[in-house]
Amino acid sequence: MADGHSLALDETGMTVPAENSGTKRLHVMIMIAIALALLAAPFFVYPVFIMKCLCFALFALAFNLLLGYGGLLSFGHAAYFGMASYVSAYGAASWKLPPELAILSGVAVATLLGAAFGALAIRRQGIYFAMITLALAQMVYFFSLQTPEFTGGEDGIQGFSRGFLLGIIDLASDRNLYWVVAAIFMASLLGVYRIVHSPFGEVCKAIRDNEPRAISLGYSVNRYKLTIFVLSAALAGLAGAVKAIVFQLATLTDVHWSMSGEAVLMTLVGGVGTIFGPIVGSFVIVAMQNYLAGLGGWVTVVQGAIFVVCVLTFRDGIIGALAKLIRKPL
Amino acid sequence: MKKIGHFLAASIIFSAMSPVQGHAGDTEVKLGVLTDMSGIFSDANGKGSLVAAQMAVDDMAGQLAGFSVHVVSADHQNKPDIGAGIARKWFDEDGIDVVLDIPVSPIALAVQSIAEEKDKIVLLSSAGSSDITGKACSKNTIQWTYNTFALSNVAGRAMVERGEKAWFFITTDYAFGHALERDATAAIEAGGGKSLGHALNPIATPDFSSYLLSAQASGANVIALASSGGDMQSAVKQAAEFGIQAGGQKLLGLLFDVTDIKALGLDVTKGMLLATPFYWDRDDESRAFGQRFMKIHGRAPTMHQAGVYSATLHYLKSVAAAGTDETQAVLEKMRETPVNDMFARNGTIREDGQMIHDFYLVEVKSPSESKGEWDYYKVLSTVPGEQAFQPLGSCPRLANKG
Repeated sequence: MADGHSLALDETGMTVPAENSGTKRLHVMIMIAIALALLAAPFFVYPVFIMKCLCFALFALAFNLLLGYGGLLSFGHAAYFGMASYVSAYGAASWKLPPELAILSGVAVATLLGAAFGALAIRRQGIYFAMITLALAQMVYFFSLQTPEFTGGEDGIQGFSRGFLLGIIDLASDRNLYWVVAAIFMASLLGVYRIVHSPFGEVCKAIRDNEPRAISLGYSVNRYKLTIFVLSAALAGLAGAVKAIVFQLATLTDVHWSMSGEAVLMTLVGGVGTIFGPIVGSFVIVAMQNYLAGLGGWVTVVQGAIFVVCVLTFRDGIIGALAKLIRKPL
Repeated sequence: MKKIGHFLAASIIFSAMSPVQGHAGDTEVKLGVLTDMSGIFSDANGKGSLVAAQMAVDDMAGQLAGFSVHVVSADHQNKPDIGAGIARKWFDEDGIDVVLDIPVSPIALAVQSIAEEKDKIVLLSSAGSSDITGKACSKNTIQWTYNTFALSNVAGRAMVERGEKAWFFITTDYAFGHALERDATAAIEAGGGKSLGHALNPIATPDFSSYLLSAQASGANVIALASSGGDMQSAVKQAAEFGIQAGGQKLLGLLFDVTDIKALGLDVTKGMLLATPFYWDRDDESRAFGQRFMKIHGRAPTMHQAGVYSATLHYLKSVAAAGTDETQAVLEKMRETPVNDMFARNGTIREDGQMIHDFYLVEVKSPSESKGEWDYYKVLSTVPGEQAFQPLGSCPRLANKG
């Protein structure tokens, strides 16, 4: 603790931000490091794999925005992720939309869906909130299952081309697509960072920590909750829409409840309420799913064992534990 | 700064993990079995599919002098993005020439379009969607074992020929179930039979009693189950409890595997009817294969696993005949050579990628008829390949050609 500020940790293990110039400098350095890593990565690692990690990192960032900073545990984020993925795949496949419009239409639908679901769900708290989001997401799942004209039913939507970004950049090349995805990811990460550290973000954290107090201070709590809910849904939609373009694929897996579960796991493994935790969490989970695929039936066993170890030894997630160690919020 | 270190370390590890590239047209033939190793399809496919592919490679080892043949496998965990990711990496970095098996149609369809883009081969023995050779057809994909149309069509035709003309369907309410029912209905109507109605059950229903009661009351000779997996198993179990078969009605499963019989037991399944392209104990050749497979894997081969063996064998024979593993040259050889092995008799590969071969209508034995652990079926009739499959024509690539 070089600068003598104390850093309080509340009982959920979330760091209460003690902003100071040292922390800011550290965050700027980490952002630069991530940007450099994104620039260098495709020369070392298979680009499609990193793109997948980045899509899931976006998804986990979205989930963490709501849980870590809004204190709202949604169990239905697959609905926004999957719907956006369907809309952007359908747009690219049936209407031959260019990729940027396909992605934007996916995000737009996820935002509208988030506004509708959020308006219903924020009326309740805690487990009831989680159950309402889950129930609404299951309705989206069954809608997708029963409308094969739109979603392709169990077969999903495949085999459309990635197209040309802005009519000039050929995304069929993995390298070109990688730069686009990396740029979207970096912009979203900076966006989330900005939201979390804005006055709006501070109010959200205040509501998370003590809702009655925020009400007594005159904040219109529901408006803040709805706004952060919609922001989170839009970001989850962005993740889904980009994923659909990267893999040229949208299926029921994207709207299945286990996809919501994956967002929860990635965020928990990385660290709830940390900016960088969800990114690390998603890289860990996706790497496990991909690189352990050769182990056959052992994949799930190894995954399970790693989760047990994480829960037992890093209660705050990898980045959460690291933040505690260096006593700075990450 | 720690972050950079992590990334560099990760990069080094990951890049070290990617093996040396291979290319089509070289002397290295690499086959990838993409399957479900841990989920609900691991019984009917899974490790057994890898065993089947390896058996075919061993059988052909003597005839492929000058080539080195390798088989790898991966678990797609029933997730399309993982499956598509593995296939893409296999083609881009690992020099895989052929992808085999692929249970679950969404993954198969995804891999199919990637393979077309990268000019590699896909031999599907487990994905059953009729779209694979229909509106999504590809010049590089062959659907080897079955599709949903063939299964329902064969069952419908063969049963009507035996005089079982009044049908009732219990259909799982999703596109796959509806497709099975539609195709079977068309087949029985063509033969002069008719469907008396259907009951729709939501996916993953635990209780089939109301559907079974309406089926019982319908007066149909045949109660057809247009479902698969867990829904099919629950329906069969509860049908036995309701005494459907004892009451004289026949129960017919439109998609049923030999491993499902093993799971449910003969007491529950006896007398059931089903269509299948392969049964290990059907003739000498299939029996020899089945016994060899059981020795290695401990269980009888399913139609999917037999399909993997047959497809791999035919592919390797064509590589040997063409003298190269260059994609289009091998595919051409595969198309011009008839498939003759323990799986297919004079099988042919149609332009839309459908392998045309015979199907069998079989009845499940009662426990007293069964002489051994995997002695499950009586073959009732054979439906020739040209009658089994959908007519050529829904493939857009062929329509464009004129």
